[in-house]
Amino acid sequence: MRVGLFVTCLVNLMRPRIGEAALRLLAAAGVEVQVPEEQSCCGQPNYNGGDLNAARMLARKLLRDFDDCDYIVVPSGSCASTIRTHYPQLFTDTADHNSIASLATRTRELTEFLVDVAGFDTPPGRFDGSVTYHDSCSGLRELGIQHQPRTLLTRLPGARLVEMAQAEQCCGFGGAFAVKYGELSTHIADAKCRDIAATGADAISAGDLGCLLNIEGRLRRRGDHKTQVLHIAELLAGAEATWK
Amino acid sequence: MEVTSMRFVRQAHASLTNPGLQHALGRLQAKFVSARADAIAELDDFEATRRAATAVRARVIAGLDEWLERFEAAVRANGGEVHWAVDAQAAQRELVAIARRHGVRKVAKSKSMATEECAINEALAAAGIDVIETDLGEYILQLANERPSHIVAPVVHKNKEEVADLFADRHQRARQTDIAALCREAREMLRPQFLSADMGLSGANFLVAETGSALIVTNEGNGRLVTTLPRVHVVLVGIEKVVPTLEDAALLLRLLPRSATGQSITNYVSVLTGPRRSGDPDGPEHFHVILVDNGRSRLLGDELEPMLRCIRCGACMNHCPVYQAIGGHPYGWVYPGPMGSVLTPSLVGLADTLDLPNASTLCGACSVVCPVSIPLPDLLRTLRTRQWQQRLRSRRERLALTLWAFVAHHPRLYRFATAVLARVLRVFGGRRGLIRWLPLGRGWLQGRDLPAPQSRTFLELYRKQQSP
Repeated sequence: MRVGLFVTCLVNLMRPRIGEAALRLLAAAGVEVQVPEEQSCCGQPNYNGGDLNAARMLARKLLRDFDDCDYIVVPSGSCASTIRTHYPQLFTDTADHNSIASLATRTRELTEFLVDVAGFDTPPGRFDGSVTYHDSCSGLRELGIQHQPRTLLTRLPGARLVEMAQAEQCCGFGGAFAVKYGELSTHIADAKCRDIAATGADAISAGDLGCLLNIEGRLRRRGDHKTQVLHIAELLAGAEATWK
Repeated sequence: MEVTSMRFVRQAHASLTNPGLQHALGRLQAKFVSARADAIAELDDFEATRRAATAVRARVIAGLDEWLERFEAAVRANGGEVHWAVDAQAAQRELVAIARRHGVRKVAKSKSMATEECAINEALAAAGIDVIETDLGEYILQLANERPSHIVAPVVHKNKEEVADLFADRHQRARQTDIAALCREAREMLRPQFLSADMGLSGANFLVAETGSALIVTNEGNGRLVTTLPRVHVVLVGIEKVVPTLEDAALLLRLLPRSATGQSITNYVSVLTGPRRSGDPDGPEHFHVILVDNGRSRLLGDELEPMLRCIRCGACMNHCPVYQAIGGHPYGWVYPGPMGSVLTPSLVGLADTLDLPNASTLCGACSVVCPVSIPLPDLLRTLRTRQWQQRLRSRRERLALTLWAFVAHHPRLYRFATAVLARVLRVFGGRRGLIRWLPLGRGWLQGRDLPAPQSRTFLELYRKQQSP
């Protein structure tokens, strides 16, 4: 089985240790992984911005970068869903439709791949404390990811999962929305921060770095420097980055 | 009706900084979201019911002209009249003409968003005809000279204290604060109006093609009085509201109140079919239906056509994080929330509503609860795409997205640019690794920090790892 890791542009730039953690998890699951070094962005910003030609261009590029992979694994529900849910819509009635549709069916979000495809349930990390999990919107509503991260979290040594109220409520990130409507986005993030604080959890986790940057940014501005904000991959693999 | 959607950001700011409104919105969310969840759980199979409802609405919209003609024929056969209005002005003209023909001096209204859309109250007033809203929420808004902020709960933005002040001022009576007393006071003011009105004006939740009926659901009973007491009843309604049969209407009724207010059924469900026949104990002498297009037919055969399935339950806005934060007024026209963000640009034009399709996180909560499966996020994206194609987006945004796509399409440039950016952002992050200021970063940074990156990109670190 050839598995390609698509780290996503946000992880590549903002928090490489999530990609490193994803590689450790996939290795622990006994999967051989390749990381195409030509990879970049799935085109979601352009797709959601209405710039469909650019989105198609980046979709074709991603297809070239990962075409020889049996699975494309992505540590992000929204990027995975861009490929799986939205790419086929972009290529309706085009010559590329079949290859794009095949790429879509081979794409999995990280925890989804670990649990549903690799049958993996022994995360190698350790977290001594309580964790609350935020369901990021695209992963939850477009890919149905909900039980997979929780299955893995409950098997993480030392960790205790505490559910927050309204875990399925949007955190207010929304990509460009967070910048164009900053005040509104912050207000929505505030409600999420209150629900997180109410659990008293030591860490908040999610499967999408965009949401996590939004949540962490708001928590810190509110003066909370204690609650750890960790991607699900970082938690499951152990948060320590070893690559320097 | 004036469109103020271009002031969305300013209007949203006003909502976000209004503590009374924030309190009211919190209650709305708590009440409607859980009530809907409970009511939906009563259904044996929500998804199957929703699929059936979606199919009924899609079938109607696919053959809308034919169903409307059938409806028209049925109304005529019952002794009623049907008038076609291409836009809001035509609807106003038709209504005023009907009023003149029947010597109408006073109109009692039940709640209707179509009449809001057509600015009917203003048109009647201009023609010298008195108009009185009889839905409690709409009555309050008429006294306050405000617009509805929700399509089902129009006065959700006001609290009890504000209503008490308003009643005391407008009714010139002692100030009441008890809700039951306020309701009684409104009822005492409204009763004589039902009896003295010459015309009752309603909308319709559904038009039934086979019987020529207008079906309305209400909770206060005012709808029934408005449609049966005055000598003339006019139904003013959007053309998309037609359904083939009473059975289809019954199917949709299983979902409408559940989705809207979390009720299994509303207190009143009225099926109004033509004028009073000989032997009928009550009912109007004249029955008119004004079918309003006002831009709807432009959606037929278009990518946005699924929007015409909408049955105006309001579930999308009740579950929308943006609506929950700002309420309905910032959207700037008649219809707020996700359905409004699709409908308003479709009906009044893209150029006057630039923020609406973009002021959404595309979280998808709306499409999950929509009882007729309208893919609202997809439709918002369709509108964004049209904005892009028509060059209606800011130059800065066009430049940013175009530049990003170019960089991301060239791997070496991408690796270089992201490596530089990571280092720069790391510097801005300082000792704590939190960015508090960046050039052009105000949108994000005004309310949040930005956690700084690690200073090397993943692709750099990975390459180094592979060839140490």
